[in-house]
Amino acid sequence: MDRFRLIFQYFQSNSESVMNGICGLLALASVKMYTCFEFSCPCLLQYNMAYGLGIMFVPPVALFLCGLILNRQSLVMLEEWRRPRGRRKKDVAVIRYMCSSIIQRAMVAPVAWIIVTLLDGKCLICAFSGSVDPDKFVGFANTSPVQVQQLLAKVPCKDDELMRNNTSRKAVSRYLRCWSQALGWSILLIIIVAAFLARWLRPCFNQATLLQARHWSNYIDIEQKIFEETCCEHSRLFAHKCILHFFESMRREIKLHSFSLPREGEKDEGEEDLLRGITDQDQVNKLLKMWYYEKPPLDISQATRR
Amino acid sequence: MDKFRMIFQFLQSNQESFMNGICGIMALASAQIYSAFDFNCPCLPHYNLAYGLGILLVPPFILFLLGFVMNNNVSMLAEEWRRPQGQRGKDPAVLRYMFCSMAQRAMIAPVVWVSVTLLDGKCITCAFCTSVSVETLGNTSHPGLPQEEMKRVLARIPCKEIYDGQELIANEVAVRYLRCISQALGWCFVLLMTTLAFLVRSLRPCFTQAAFLKSRYWSHYIDIERKLFDETCTEHARSFAKVCIQQFFEGMSTDLAAARCHPPRKATADAGEATEKLLGITDQGTMNTALKSWHRCKPALHLHPPALPSGNGWMGEEQSHTHSPVPRREVAAYYSGV
Repeated sequence: MDRFRLIFQYFQSNSESVMNGICGLLALASVKMYTCFEFSCPCLLQYNMAYGLGIMFVPPVALFLCGLILNRQSLVMLEEWRRPRGRRKKDVAVIRYMCSSIIQRAMVAPVAWIIVTLLDGKCLICAFSGSVDPDKFVGFANTSPVQVQQLLAKVPCKDDELMRNNTSRKAVSRYLRCWSQALGWSILLIIIVAAFLARWLRPCFNQATLLQARHWSNYIDIEQKIFEETCCEHSRLFAHKCILHFFESMRREIKLHSFSLPREGEKDEGEEDLLRGITDQDQVNKLLKMWYYEKPPLDISQATRR
Repeated sequence: MDKFRMIFQFLQSNQESFMNGICGIMALASAQIYSAFDFNCPCLPHYNLAYGLGILLVPPFILFLLGFVMNNNVSMLAEEWRRPQGQRGKDPAVLRYMFCSMAQRAMIAPVVWVSVTLLDGKCITCAFCTSVSVETLGNTSHPGLPQEEMKRVLARIPCKEIYDGQELIANEVAVRYLRCISQALGWCFVLLMTTLAFLVRSLRPCFTQAAFLKSRYWSHYIDIERKLFDETCTEHARSFAKVCIQQFFEGMSTDLAAARCHPPRKATADAGEATEKLLGITDQGTMNTALKSWHRCKPALHLHPPALPSGNGWMGEEQSHTHSPVPRREVAAYYSGV
């Protein structure tokens, strides 16, 4: 029991860790999607670049939008941004803090996709095989320009009949993959250094404002959660009272119209209460029909006044 | 008890995350079904298009309907929509909210199926292999074939083992081309869907937040009210059944005692709980008669108050619980003004 309460409280107070968890899952999902995806370069001059760069940049955009959608905090931030001022001031620093933390988390999966793509190399080989300088490679140096373009476009396809035994194909492929991996590792290094610097140097700038912004963004999040819970609790009590009131009205109707003798019941009070005066098949049917045809009004002020 | 209440509260307050979980499971299931499905292109000119597009479009439709069927709230929506107005007004905004949230969740599995199908490429390759442009992709040195023959050859592109047009257009070239188109379509579709979802989700707080809060509260209320009403009815049915059966046994033992001219045995003060629970039936013959009577003629669904005598001379198979008709008619004649 205590454990449940602890876990419940943990989730309530630490929505940041939940968000971090979702962010990590999305990054893993993006790597998994890349490995499952069957990359097949068209090996045609006009389509290679579009396909290669498309596979490198379109999924990250979709992953970024997914990261924004799955993050509960983005809704909270939007609501806070668009709410009417009312009696509570709006703090721009808080909204800015929330926005930046949401975008940072949403960027992780796209960056993971791009880095995995670059380290794998297939996309860049497909996109830029036609742009390589043919004079650097022995097999392509002595062919006419039109033909060399066609041949270079086919480099990414190992099994193509023209390319099967071509050693220069391997040279071009290795060359492009080397560039691709160098780019991938450099980007990874830059990002990690930037993150490290940002984290390390942050206390030097505006620490107090940051603490305030973080506190109030947490507060807004928790306040909204508790409001939703309270609404649920309230609607449950409302429904309970409404139904009891409905049964009471039925009982009063029955008492009014039936002339049965008053009970000198020796029955225990528990059973009587639960039966609520409805003791007949006809009465039960009437009650159920009434529930469908004429639901009681959403007004329990009479019941609560008693 | 407290633990159950806590879990109930957690699920209730997180009803949305519960529904989201089911949604995610259906999406994974649809991806799994696709990978388990054995795609077999017919490789015939007139059947390829139908088969390919059929596999692309028919299962998503089925998954969409399944998403609605598996959602418990569909019956709630239908009930709220069709109920007579009575004393409680109907709010179309609430109905719209319920329908939209159900439709959004039901859309996820079909979208996953279409994306996975397009990214895999087999469907589009099968459906559009006869439309491949031979002039751009094929070997230009090959003499032209009549239209029908060309279509027949091109239709076999997805089936490598029986493909006989290698001189006309290389199989790998055509397959790569078609798969590239299919994957481009797939990623564009994924991007379009995520953009739509993002817009729907982010434009709401900007325009209709107050109305949204109201609709959400009342749709939760309708759900909770229905559940509580079912619980209350179940409790009532349990008590009804208990009292009905008790009265049946008591009536049985009273009538039997009257038939044998024995006075009904009053429970003595020191008889104890066990004797009370015997309900006056204390021998094999009586018990057998009681069981036979329960099977042959169950008592009426009418609980009589304990003060009224109920002995109407039960002999044999007749049931013993008919009330004197006058009060019954009174009860049946009223119509409620609640």
